[in-house]
Amino acid sequence: MKTMKVFKSLIVDSLNTITHGTKKYHLWMAFLTFGMLVGMYCYSIQLEEGLSATGMTDSVSWGLYISNFTFLVGVAAAAVMLVMPTYVLKDIDFKQAVLIGEGLAVAALIMCLAFVIADMGGPSVLWHMLPGIGVFNFPNSMLTWDVIALNGYLIINITIPLYILFRHYQNKEAKPRVYLPGALISVFWAIGIHLVTAFLYQGLQAKPFWNNALLGPRFLASAFAAGPALIILVLAIIRSHTTFKIPDKTIKKIALVVTVAAQINLIMLISELFKEFYAPTHHSESAYYLFFGLHGKDALMPWIWTAIPLNILATILLTFHKLRNNLKVLYFACFILFIAIWIEKGFGLIIPGFIPGSYGKIAEYTPTGIEIGVTLGIWAMGAFIFTILARTAINIETGVLRYKR
Amino acid sequence: MSDTKKKWFSLNLNNTKKRTSSSCGCGKTEGGCGSHNTQNPIKKPKDGYQQVFDVKMDRRSAFKQLTASLAIGAGAVSTSCSMIAGEETKEKAQIDWEEQFKGNYKLMTDQEKNDTVNRLVRSYQLRTGKSINMSSKNAEEDVLFGYAFNISKCQGYMDCVTACVEENNQDRNSQMQYIRIHEMKDGQGFNFNEADDNYYHEVPAEGHFYMGTQCFHCDNPPCVEVCPVQATWREEDGLVVIDYDWCVGCRYCMAACPYDGRRFNWSTPEVPEEEVNKNQHYLGNRMRKKGVMEKCTFCVQRSRSGQNPACVEACPTGARIFGNLLDPDSTIRWVLENKKVFRLKEDLGTEPKFWYFMD
Ligand code: SF4
Ligand code: SF4
Repeated sequence: MKTMKVFKSLIVDSLNTITHGTKKYHLWMAFLTFGMLVGMYCYSIQLEEGLSATGMTDSVSWGLYISNFTFLVGVAAAAVMLVMPTYVLKDIDFKQAVLIGEGLAVAALIMCLAFVIADMGGPSVLWHMLPGIGVFNFPNSMLTWDVIALNGYLIINITIPLYILFRHYQNKEAKPRVYLPGALISVFWAIGIHLVTAFLYQGLQAKPFWNNALLGPRFLASAFAAGPALIILVLAIIRSHTTFKIPDKTIKKIALVVTVAAQINLIMLISELFKEFYAPTHHSESAYYLFFGLHGKDALMPWIWTAIPLNILATILLTFHKLRNNLKVLYFACFILFIAIWIEKGFGLIIPGFIPGSYGKIAEYTPTGIEIGVTLGIWAMGAFIFTILARTAINIETGVLRYKR
Repeated sequence: MSDTKKKWFSLNLNNTKKRTSSSCGCGKTEGGCGSHNTQNPIKKPKDGYQQVFDVKMDRRSAFKQLTASLAIGAGAVSTSCSMIAGEETKEKAQIDWEEQFKGNYKLMTDQEKNDTVNRLVRSYQLRTGKSINMSSKNAEEDVLFGYAFNISKCQGYMDCVTACVEENNQDRNSQMQYIRIHEMKDGQGFNFNEADDNYYHEVPAEGHFYMGTQCFHCDNPPCVEVCPVQATWREEDGLVVIDYDWCVGCRYCMAACPYDGRRFNWSTPEVPEEEVNKNQHYLGNRMRKKGVMEKCTFCVQRSRSGQNPACVEACPTGARIFGNLLDPDSTIRWVLENKKVFRLKEDLGTEPKFWYFMD
């Protein structure tokens, strides 16, 4: 019963924390709330009219929602790059970052689920997917694997930090014996969610652009570049706005992770481009569309030609120790890398899969305002959730929030 | 490992009559492969995976309870709340509840199939005052439907397209069409990239030939594998169908289909009341709603009652041939045995039951 009491006090205290703050903080939260409201309004229109309110058609049947979903799975998986050294290899440097990383994972996963639901034609019959009550086409459908993987990962990433924070809240040490097994599982699980999400696309013989063995590994490499890059940026903001101390050493160590992942990602990109363009076959048409356009249709060209130079530039900046160790350069590199991978792993991956169509038809896709509104709303929701989680965590870790007997 | 196990999937029509063992080496769920054939003398349970885990019965009874309790609850609520509401309103609410929480058609017993069909018919009557005919006829034994398309004969009139739209109650607003006719230039081979599937000129156009595509009712359908809720499946007579009420609208099947066979209801489909084809089948041309997948069903409402699909009947040139692949005397078998037939994208292993040939 005591636990319940402490838990209740924790909730009350954290509610107190998140509703009080500086003016800047309130402005930020108001801004996010506004974003969410706009998103909800747009979604209500989409519910009313059906998915015809989006830019998707029978030709390009997945768009912005699924693109963002794919990218965010990567961000969520990246938390593991911090979890592993901290809990498993006992590297103290990462300890400060890891709670933030896991908070990011939780926010990203909730956004993933929101994007999937926004993409559904019949959200009211979503219970058909619940194992037990509905019909769960397991193990045949990779989508069911993904549902299990994402929800499992969500639970792991909620329970571990919750346990640690709960202990610290009571001024007690968190026992590694309790959280270490969970941390270990989450390491494998993170790789799992990413591979499974890649297999979702990779397993379709109908789409040669996706049906390629490199897709899974490339997903992993790009995720382990973009995710920690985002974590670095978030840590930079937290460092300058709160009393939470994050040593330079931690950031530099994460930067090393980003660097290696970005380099591997670039090598795979070169391998992919070589295969598509050295001996182009009928199956290279999607890549041709993406990079050069087909028959005068080239909506994705500006995007991909933004992403590729940014990607290369970021990787070069990160590769040189001198540049990487300069925090300003590092933040800049992380930012452009994040944008580059968002384009590449988002609609740079999803949309060309559908173009040209099964019989060579080229129908382009442009998201509508409604679609963009819902997307921004979901991102605002993610940022909102993350802010709440991070704020509570930071206050507990810095000792501001403590259980008063 | 039975002797029917094949390294590479293949639809072997000539073997099927002789085969007695019904054990299937494919390891897939129902009907995912051709070895689950209908003409096996010993009728084996159809649903491997579900039988093994005994999920089928549990789920169904769980469902019954859930549905029943919800229905009772709904009934109680509507009775207590709306003393003034008419009998019909109450009945409608009751039907809507039961429909909302019914199970997957694929797993229903014949009785349950019948019940849902009756509810749908009644609901349509309550809403529009018109009565429709809806069937829940199951696949017949010793039937496997197949289709052949004569490229030499097709002139691109598109009568099949019109007939299909009318027969299957497709959305008129978005001009949904299951069939596409590709106009190709003579001398360029089957070059779909250069083909035009949206022409508005007089046909047959000089120097062109025509080729129709639609859902090919693959015997190893990738669309079925990927559906997270088994809302689409291969029936025993080879038709690949969708339960429109079970589909959650994720469009994974659409991405998985290599033949552009599927169509999605991006908004609420509309058919003028006087144009509605009232002769319907649950798995076929009954009215759809927004946010669900649909596609060609080889006109299940017609084919299961011994008629040809609407496209076959409408074609003025006789380019379309439909029939039972297991009947050695059928026209389709004659075509397969005497013509040089081919299928599209055979390298994908989908085994379409739709062949092309030339005179
Ligand atoms: S043609 Fe497409 S929709 Fe039809 S059965 Fe084959 S894969 Fe499925
Ligand atoms: S759209 Fe419907 S039929 Fe297709 S995979 Fe999703 S739930 Fe299944």
